[in-house]
Amino acid sequence: MQKPAIAADTRPWLSAGAQPFISVQGLVKQFADFTAVSDVDLDIYKGELFCLLGESGCGKSTLLRMLAGFEIPTQGRIVIDGEDMARVPPDRRPTNMMFQSYALFPHMSVEKNVAYGLLREGLGKREAYARAGEMLKMVKLEKLARRKPDQLSGGQRQRVALARALVKRPKLLLLDEPLGALDKKLREETQFELIKIQESLGVTFIVVTHDQDEAMTLATRIGVMKDGIIKQIGEPHEIYERPNSRFVADFIGTVNLFDGKVDAVAPDLMRIETAELGPVLLPPQTGLTRGQQVWGAVRPERFALSRQKPDGAHNAWRGVVEDLGYIGHMTQYRIRLENGRLIRASQSNRLRDEDPISWDEPVWISVQPAAFRVLTE
Amino acid sequence: MITGSAPWRGTAWAVGKLGLSGRTLVIAIPMLWLLVFFLAPFFVLGRISLAEAIIARPPYTPMFERGPDGSLEIIASLENYRFLLTDALYRNAYLSSIRIAAVSTIFALLIGYPMAYFIARAPEPRRSLLLLLVILPFWTSFLLRVYAWMGFLRTNGVINNMLMGMGVIDQPLVMMQTDFAVYIGIVYTYLPFMILPLYANLTKLDGALLEAASDLGASPVVTFFTVTLPLSLPGIVAGSMLVFIPAIGEYVIPALLGGPDTLMIGRVLWDEFFGSRDWPVASAVAIVMLVLVVAPIMWLQSVQNRRGAD
Amino acid sequence: MRGWFLPVAVLLGFIFLYAPIISLVVFSFNDSRLVTVWGGFSTRWYGELLNDRQIMGAAWVSLKVAFFSATLATVIGTLGAFVLTRFSRFTGRLLLTGMITAPLVMPEVITGLSLLLLFISMELTLGWPAGRGMVTVIIAHTTFCAAFVAVIAQSRLRSMDESLEEAARDLGAGPVRVFFDVTLPVIAPALVSGWLLAFTLSLDDLVIASFVTGPGASTLPMVIFSKVRLGVSPDVNALATIIIGFVFVAVLAAGWLMRKQMSKGL
Repeated sequence: MQKPAIAADTRPWLSAGAQPFISVQGLVKQFADFTAVSDVDLDIYKGELFCLLGESGCGKSTLLRMLAGFEIPTQGRIVIDGEDMARVPPDRRPTNMMFQSYALFPHMSVEKNVAYGLLREGLGKREAYARAGEMLKMVKLEKLARRKPDQLSGGQRQRVALARALVKRPKLLLLDEPLGALDKKLREETQFELIKIQESLGVTFIVVTHDQDEAMTLATRIGVMKDGIIKQIGEPHEIYERPNSRFVADFIGTVNLFDGKVDAVAPDLMRIETAELGPVLLPPQTGLTRGQQVWGAVRPERFALSRQKPDGAHNAWRGVVEDLGYIGHMTQYRIRLENGRLIRASQSNRLRDEDPISWDEPVWISVQPAAFRVLTE
Repeated sequence: MITGSAPWRGTAWAVGKLGLSGRTLVIAIPMLWLLVFFLAPFFVLGRISLAEAIIARPPYTPMFERGPDGSLEIIASLENYRFLLTDALYRNAYLSSIRIAAVSTIFALLIGYPMAYFIARAPEPRRSLLLLLVILPFWTSFLLRVYAWMGFLRTNGVINNMLMGMGVIDQPLVMMQTDFAVYIGIVYTYLPFMILPLYANLTKLDGALLEAASDLGASPVVTFFTVTLPLSLPGIVAGSMLVFIPAIGEYVIPALLGGPDTLMIGRVLWDEFFGSRDWPVASAVAIVMLVLVVAPIMWLQSVQNRRGAD
Repeated sequence: MRGWFLPVAVLLGFIFLYAPIISLVVFSFNDSRLVTVWGGFSTRWYGELLNDRQIMGAAWVSLKVAFFSATLATVIGTLGAFVLTRFSRFTGRLLLTGMITAPLVMPEVITGLSLLLLFISMELTLGWPAGRGMVTVIIAHTTFCAAFVAVIAQSRLRSMDESLEEAARDLGAGPVRVFFDVTLPVIAPALVSGWLLAFTLSLDDLVIASFVTGPGASTLPMVIFSKVRLGVSPDVNALATIIIGFVFVAVLAAGWLMRKQMSKGL
C-alpha cells in the first residue's frame, strides 16, 4: 500500500525560504502591573489553521485581540500580508473576528448581521444582501435569514457568527474559542465542518482554544502558550510525540515524568540514571553532556505490560497492578513499582485477550528506547 | 472600507478642524455641565455663607470692596458659622433631623423586610405583580401621597372617624402636626426604596441554604436569624441608606405633617431663606449640613463602591 | 418566618401603601366640601379643577419643564455613563464620577439653594440668565435627573456584552457609527426607563423648583403645595385621582406591551 504524499506546499513551514503571510515580531503587551504577552515571535502561512492553545490567563486571548486591533501592543510588530498593522484600528484591518460570545447584534436580523460588515465597506444594499445570502447558504442558514439572534439555537448562532466574520473575505480570520459554547456532540461535528469551510475558502484561521482535543483536531500547527510565552510551535503529532519541555508534555495528554541525570554518553548508546527507574539505556542524542539534569517523559500508551519479563528488553521494570479502569477502547492501569513510584500505563483493547491483566497482579512494564523522550527544560 | 458614510465623515472633519478629538468632545459635554451647574454652585454657596445679610439686591454684602484708599478689601467673616454653633435652635435641628431619619429608617426596615421576603419567595407571576404594586405608588406624585395622609390623620380625618364610629375611642386622637405624623410620612414615602434593594438581595438567596440549615436541625426562626438575616445584610444597608439619606434633608413632609416644634434642618433652611430672607445664614446652614450629613454618607458610599469594584 | 405572621404582615404593609391612595380617589367623588365626610357622589370637583386656570397653567408648565429636563438629562446622563464605562483613563475621571452620582444623595434644599445663588451670581456678572423662570427650572431639573439617568445607563452599559461593540469595529465601523448602530439600540430600553424616571422626578419636584423658579413659572407641585398647606381641598383630590389613574393606565399598558414583546421574542 502506497502512502499518500503530503505535498510540501501544504506545509510551507517545512521549507526554509517560504514567506510567512502573518508575521508577529517581538510582540509585548503590558497591562498596569502585569505582562500578558511577553516577546512573542510567530510566523503563520497562507491558508493555515493555526491554534493557540493554553489555559485561561496564558495570554492567548490578548495575542488574538492584538491581531484584531482591540489591544495596542506595548512593543513589537504585527505584519499582515506585508503591512505593519500594530497601530491600525480594528475597523481598518483586513482581519475579522469570531467572538466567543458570538457578539451577534441582538436588534438586527440574521441577514442584517451578516450584511453589516459589507455595508461598512461601502457596498450597495442590494449587493451586500446578495452576498450575505450566499454566505448564509454556505452555512445552511438561508431559511433563517429574517430571524433575530435570540430566536436561534446555539449551533445556529455559531454559524451566523462565522458567516458574518467570513463574508468580508478577510485575509485573516480570528476565532476566540469558536466551539466553546456548544455541547460536546455538536462540537465534534462542527469541528470538521469548520475545517471544510476553511479549506474551501482558503482563508487563514487563527483559533484560540483551551481544549487540546479541539486544537489537535483542527490545527495545521499548534502554538502552546504559558505565561505570555509560546512554549512550542509544531504540528499536532510533533507537540504530542516530541514535546520540548515538561510543561508541554504534561499539558497535552497524560505523561509519566522521571527526574534523571545523563550518566554516560557513548557513540552508539547513552545511559540516563533516574532515581525511580534506575539506569535507562537510549540511543544517543545530540546536545547532551554527562552529568546534565534531564527529565524522561513516557506517554501511558507507550508502556508495554506483560506477565513475563519481555525478551531482550533493557528498559523493563517489575510492578504490581494497583488499579485499573476499563474505558472501552482501552484500559488504563496504575502500576506501583517496587520502589513505590506509581506509573500510568494504558493498553489498547483491540487485542484484549480472554485473560486480561487484572488487579494485584505482578507485571513487567517496558518501554522502547524511542518512546522514552528526554527533555532538558 | 476606511470610513463610513458622508455625514459622519463631515462631522468628524468639522470636529477635527476645531482641534478637538471626538473623544474630548464626548467627555466635555457632561463634564462642563456638571462643573457649571453642580460644582460651581457650592463655591457660590460657600462664598455667600461668609457674607453678611443687608437690605439690598442681592441681600448680602459683596465679597470685595474698595477701601477708602482705593485698595481692594476682601470682606469675609465666619460670623454666621459662630452663630449657628452657638444657637441651640440649629444644633437641635441637626440632631433631631438625624433622629427622625433614623427612627423612620428603622420602621421602614421593620415593615419592608417581611414584604421583601414574602415577594422574593413568591412564585411567578405573583411575584411580578406584587413587585409592581410596591413600585406603583412611587410613580404617582410624592406631594399628593403626603397630602393623602393629611386627610387620614386629621382630627376629623378617616382614621379618627373610623375609630370613633367603631366606638374604640370617644375623643379624636391628635395625630396631625406631631413627630408621629412625620415618621408615618417618611416611612410611607420611602418604603419602596427599602423594599427594592432588600428584594433584589433576597431573591439571590439560594433556597438550598435554607434547606441545608433545616436539614442540620435549625428551626425556621433560627434559620432566619443565622442564615437569611446575615446574608441579606448588604440589602439592609442599601435600603437603609436609600431611606435615611433623603429623609435627613426632607422639607415637604415636616412642613405638611409636622407640628411647629418638629425641627428638621431642611425646614430650618427653607424658613431662613424664604421667611427671614437671610441668605448668608441659609448658606451657612447648607454648608454645615453638607459637612455634617452629606459628607459622611458620600464617603461611606465611595468606600462601598470601591469594595464593590474589587 | 412561616405560618400566619408573614402573610398578615405583608397584607398590612400593602394596606398601609394603598389605603391613603384609595381614600384620595374615593373622596374625590365626594359632594361635600369637608373632604373626609361623605356627602354623596358627585363629579363637581373635576369640573372645578378643569376651570381652575391656575392649576391648569401650572400643569402645562410642569409638563413642559419635565419634557425638556428629561430629554436633556437623558442626553447628558447617557454621555456621562458612556464616558465612565468606556473610556478607561482621562483627566478628571474621578471628578466626573463624583459629580454624576453626588446629586443622588444631595438634599433637595441644598441643591435648590446653591443653584439659585449660582443663577443670581451669573445674572450679576454675566447677565445670563436674565431673571428666573422655566429655563432655570429646566437647568436645575436636568442636573439632578441626569444623575438618575446616568445610574441606569451605567448599569446597562456595564452589563452589555462589550464584544458587540468590538464586533462592529471589527466589521469596519468607526467609533461614532458603533455608538449609533450598536450601543444606542442595545441600551435604548434602559434609556427609555431613564427618561420616564427623569420625567416623573421633574414632575414631582417641589423644593428645587421653589428655589430656582421665577414669577409666572409656578410648577404644579408649587400650586398644590400652597393649596394644601392651608388644609385639605377637594379639587386636589380630583387632581390626584386623575394623576393616579393616568399612572396606573400607563404602567398597565407598559406591562402589557412588555409581555407581548416577550412572547413575540420567544
